[in-house]
This record gives sequence, structure tokens and C-alpha cells, in this order.
Amino acid sequence: MKPLSAIVFKDIVIELRNKETISSMLMFGLLVLVVFNFAFQPTGAERALIAPGILWVAFTFAGILGLNRSLSIELDNDCLQGLLLAPLDRGSLYLGKVASNFIFMMIAEVMILPIFVLFYNLRFDLQFLQIAGLSFLGTFAFAAVGTILSTISANTRMKEVMLPILLIPLTLPVILASVMATSAVLSGETEGISSWLYLLGGFSIVYLVASYLVFEFVVEE
Amino acid sequence: MHAGDSPALESEDIRKTFGHFTALAGVTLTFQPSEFVALFGRNGAGKTTFLKIAATLMRATHGRLRIGGTDIREEPEAVRRQIGFLSHNTYLYRDLNPVENLRFFARLYGVADAETRISALLSRVGLKRRMNDPVRSFSRGLNQRLGIARVMLHDPSLILLDEPYTGLDANAVEMLNAMLDEAVGAGKTIVLTTHDIEQGLRAATRAAIIDRGRIVFDGSSRGAPVRDAYNEYVRMGVPQ
Amino acid sequence: MTSRVLGIASLVLMVFALYMALIYAPQEAQQGTPYRIIYFHVPMGILSFVSAYLLGFAGIMFLIKRDLKWDRLAIGAAELGVLCTACSLITGSIWAKPIWGVWWAWDARITLQLLLGLFFIAYFMLRAYLPDREKRAKLAAVFGVLGMIDVPFNYYSIEWWATQHPQPVLRGGGSIDPDMRLALYVSALALTVTCAYLLTRRLAIARVEEEVEYLEHLVHAHE
Ligand SMILES: Nc1ncnc2c1ncn2[C@@H]1O[C@H](COP(=O)(O)OP(=O)(O)OP(=O)(O)O)[C@@H](O)[C@H]1O
Ligand SMILES: [Mg+2]
Repeated sequence: MKPLSAIVFKDIVIELRNKETISSMLMFGLLVLVVFNFAFQPTGAERALIAPGILWVAFTFAGILGLNRSLSIELDNDCLQGLLLAPLDRGSLYLGKVASNFIFMMIAEVMILPIFVLFYNLRFDLQFLQIAGLSFLGTFAFAAVGTILSTISANTRMKEVMLPILLIPLTLPVILASVMATSAVLSGETEGISSWLYLLGGFSIVYLVASYLVFEFVVEE
Repeated sequence: MHAGDSPALESEDIRKTFGHFTALAGVTLTFQPSEFVALFGRNGAGKTTFLKIAATLMRATHGRLRIGGTDIREEPEAVRRQIGFLSHNTYLYRDLNPVENLRFFARLYGVADAETRISALLSRVGLKRRMNDPVRSFSRGLNQRLGIARVMLHDPSLILLDEPYTGLDANAVEMLNAMLDEAVGAGKTIVLTTHDIEQGLRAATRAAIIDRGRIVFDGSSRGAPVRDAYNEYVRMGVPQ
Repeated sequence: MTSRVLGIASLVLMVFALYMALIYAPQEAQQGTPYRIIYFHVPMGILSFVSAYLLGFAGIMFLIKRDLKWDRLAIGAAELGVLCTACSLITGSIWAKPIWGVWWAWDARITLQLLLGLFFIAYFMLRAYLPDREKRAKLAAVFGVLGMIDVPFNYYSIEWWATQHPQPVLRGGGSIDPDMRLALYVSALALTVTCAYLLTRRLAIARVEEEVEYLEHLVHAHE
């Protein structure tokens, strides 16, 4: 537990120092919201229909940006190797990075969400909290896969470009489930929502366990 | 730990290949506690590769390696606690200052009474005055000094140093040598690689030369024989 | 030897399957002739999923054994995956044009197939950007395993998503004519044997490729 919190704490201190990761994620998410609004020019009813998709596109791309940033910090000066020297197993290292990536994405999303509600004329009520809760689940699943895939892409020649290529095909179930659940919340028809939530939960657990087991192969030379 | 009865490092026929290229072709070595080993060899001989394998960063293609009697494959975490490794890169976070960097590593290693130790180490390596500046503003030598502090932080019993003198000024070289001598006095084992043969032989109790992934010289006769053998190998240039 | 047997078997079975699909199977009442493409389309779709699992299996075996022969199997499986996915998407489109009036519809199965195709392509892109042979095998193995795990999640998410959307096709839940079923089984068998044959050929080529690479290395080492 201690090394895990040490990793998270270290990432937070770095962020407090340079404030680069969250601000760029936030700006990127904001730009997605704006661009899509121009691209679709939604009116009234349509807006509610496409809003969940736009929100999750914003989250996904902001998340990819965050994953790339977090990894580039570890690759600077070969810091990842320094972590590998420490007396903690590779699985714990993975969990530490998942925790810190998750926290950063959540912070960015919590800031993007009110802007989204404002832009798309939604209400700040129970719905808002439900979407925040959903984001929590969806983002965790995203961070679980994203962390291991960003470490894989770090070994390739085109690190930053490789990540979305690997990540998007694999996280489609997460994006889909999150979008559908968000739609359900926004339209108030929450009957079918539980299967989406189970899917997100199941996905997180399965990928967390699998990645925990294979992370060693990704980092060893 | 029974550091007394088991060798500090024991490698048995360690081999490493990168694709079809053989970087290490069977290295068998045994180092006892309190030994100060200087490892020489021309560029590309396999020195860094060997140290990386001993530090558990790289997986050997073949062979066994035990540190303090513990197999590095079986209990890597226990082994890592005993190792301090300084590589070509310092593994320091650019955005953090020296104290924050060391504090982070202290937490990873579970160092007791970390603050006192950090502050003592920082004055030792002469970074007390720069302890609030981020590492990104450091020169090569200052980085290396902090890297040395990082290696010593958890009081490792096996200290692996890959070209530790790069970038250090005369003052820092003296500081490092004093630290190493102290460590050897306290029963630690040191393995260091360098291209500065005089510096390497200064306090070494043993010298080895590695060439094309093989140990071609190993002995405690550290004077002229090592010097001659080393010069001969280096003159032949980088192997193709 | 196995390869030769498989080759002959696949030739014979393919001819037989063509007869079964084009002549033996009765005309479908509503769709007519275009329906006959399903005798190739459906097995290709199934085989693309088999390839994904084979890729994941080869990945696990590589990580355990660290023998490059498992990596060669993985390459073969992924290439088969691309082939089967492409065939199933193309035959699907050819069928969709006369029946639905469009080349492409975001139907559950098509979408799933497309995603699987994207995964196989991502797999090859990953390999292409990893210069070191062993590292390439290892990281590709991990990605293959992660992709295999993804298949059921993709399947269910897309199923549920499609049931909540207007569907462009009448889902045939009913019973299929026994003659049609037999034709489908025969062509499935024929295509499976053909894929197995292609796989054995691919493995042989991969072995030779590695030998050539090794010899090249020796030549360079001597220069
Ligand atoms: N990741 C790698 N992939 C392929 N070859 C490698 C890799 N790492 C090292 N090598 C090769 O292995 C050989 C040994 O390298 P190593 O870094 O151990 O040499 P060294 O003795 O430390 O040399 P130097 O004095 O230049 O630091 C070299 O020929 C090098 O090119
Ligand atoms: Mg070196």
C-alpha cells in the first residue's frame, strides 16, 4: 500500500509544480465540446440525443492526453527504470500508475462536466450526480486498460501516436457502455442501465487482474 | 541477513542475446562481501548489460544469478532492497527538487527516519544549497551527485555503479571515493565500471576485464597486468 | 506432410462446398440467390473470432514458454484474422446491397466484425513499430491477450447497443431448412480446413524468414 500511495503522491506533487497535465486535459476536453457543437449545430431535442456521445468523446481524448503525459514523465531520465529498481512487484507498480492516472482523469472530468451541463442546457440536479458517478466507473475501466497500453506504446517508435491506435479498439465497450448509460440517465429511462454498469464493472475487474499479471512482461528488458 | 556466509553476488553462466547478437556469452563470477570490484572493457563489451541483469532490470537469456544468497528470479523484491544501482541515466524526476526526489525513493524503499537521512546525504554530496531547485535546472555533474545520493539512500549492501565518474569535478570524485571506501569498510560490496583505469584501480581489491561478453581477465593482481591487458583490448577498437 | 494432406483436403472440400452452396441448397424463399453468400459469409465471421482466440492463446503460450514458435503462430493467427474479417465484411456488403439496399449498415454483427478487424490491424501496427525481435514478440503477445479478453465485452456491448437501436434487418431467429444447414456445415468445414492449411503454410514461411534473417546476420558479422 505504501509504495502505491508514494507513486500517486509523487505524481500529484509533480502536477502541483508544473500544472501541465490537468490544464491540457481540461483545455482539450473543452475544445471537443465546442468543436462538436459547431459540427452538429444541435437544436433542442437533438442536443439531448448526441450530448452523451460528445461528453464521452471529450473524456476519451482528454484521457488519452493524460495517459501520454503521465508516461512521458516516467520516460524522462528513464525514471520508469528507477521505479523498476525499487523493491515492489511489477503488479503493484501497475496499480500505482492506474490509481494516479485515474485520479488525474477524474479531476479533469469533474471540471469538464459542469461546462458540458452548461453548454448543453442540462440541469444541475440529481442527473448531474448520476453522470458523475457513471464517469467514475467508466473512467476507472479506461484507466485500467489505458495504463498498460500506454506502457506498451512507450516501447514503440511513435509513442504518442500508438496509444490511441491500441486503446480505442479495446475500449470501445467502455465508451459504448458509458455513452448508453449517460443517455439513459439524461432521458430518465434508467431501466436497462444496470447491464451497462455491470459491463463497466466487469471490464474493470477483468482488465485490472489480467494487466496486473502481465505487466511484468511489458516493463522487463 | 546472513551476509557473512553467502557471496554478495554469484553469477553462473549468465548469457544475454539481443536477437542474434550475443552481448554476454556466459559470465561466471563470484564476489564476496567487502570486495571492491573494478570492471573494465571497451565500448560495447557488455559491462552495462551485466550490471543491468544483476540489478534485475534486464532478464538474462540463460543462467542463474544470486545476490546475498537469494536467486534474483525467485525473490526479486527481496534482492532489489539490497541493491543500489547507478546507471548512465540518473532516474530522477526533472520537475521535483532533490529533497522531493529522495523522499519519493525513501518511501518506495521504506527507509526509516527518511528526513534525517536525506538531509545528511544531501550535505554529503554537496547539494544542500541547491535542495530547493528542480532537478531540470541541474548541470550534468549536479545530476550525477544527486544520483549517487539516490543509490546510497536505502543503504544497499551491493552497490553497482556504471561509469559513476562521468561529469564529476575533482571535488565530487573525492567525495564519491570517500563514500565508497566507507561502504567497503562497512562490509558492502561494490562493482564499478569505468574507462578511467587509474580511477578504477584506485581502491579496487579486484579487477576484471570483459570482452565480447566474456570475462577475459579476473584477478586481484591489479597493477601492470590489468593495465596492459586493458590497453591491448581497447586498442583493438569496438568489435563489429 | 500435414500441410500437404490439409492442402488436398481443402481443395476437395472446397469443390464439394461450392456444389452444396450453389446447387444442393434450396433457393431461399424471400431473398433468392443472394442468400447463398451466407454459406461463405457466416463461416468467415466465425473463423475471424477463432483467429482472435488463437492469437490470444499463442500470446499466453509465448509468455509462458518464451519460444518464438508461439510468436510465429500468433502472426499466422492475426493474418488469418485480417483475412477472415475482410472476407466476412466484403461478403456481408455484397449481400447487403441487394437485400437492404445499402452497402453498409451499423448492424450489431457488422460493427463487431469491423472492430475485430481494427484490433487485428492495430496488432500489426504495433508489431511494425517495435524494432527489437524479442520485444516485438513479447509486447505483441500481451496485446494479443488483452485483445482476446476484449472479444466477449465487445460482443455483449454491441448486442445490447443494437437492441436499443432500430434494426435494419429481420433477425432470423427461426429454424433453418435442414438442407441449408447441411450446406452451411460443409462450407464451414471446408473453410476451416482451408484456413488451417494456410496457417501451416504461413508457419513454414515464417520459419524460413527467420532462418534468412539469421543467415543475413552471419554474413554481416563476417564482413
Ligand atoms: N537493447 C539492446 N538491443 C540490442 N543490442 C544491445 C542492446 N543493449 C545493448 N546492446 C548491445 O550489447 C553490447 C553490450 O552493450 P553494453 O551496453 O553492455 O556495453 P558496455 O560495455 O556498457 O559499453 P560502454 O563502455 O560503451 O558503456 C553492445 O554491442 C550493444 O550494442
Ligand atoms: Mg555501458
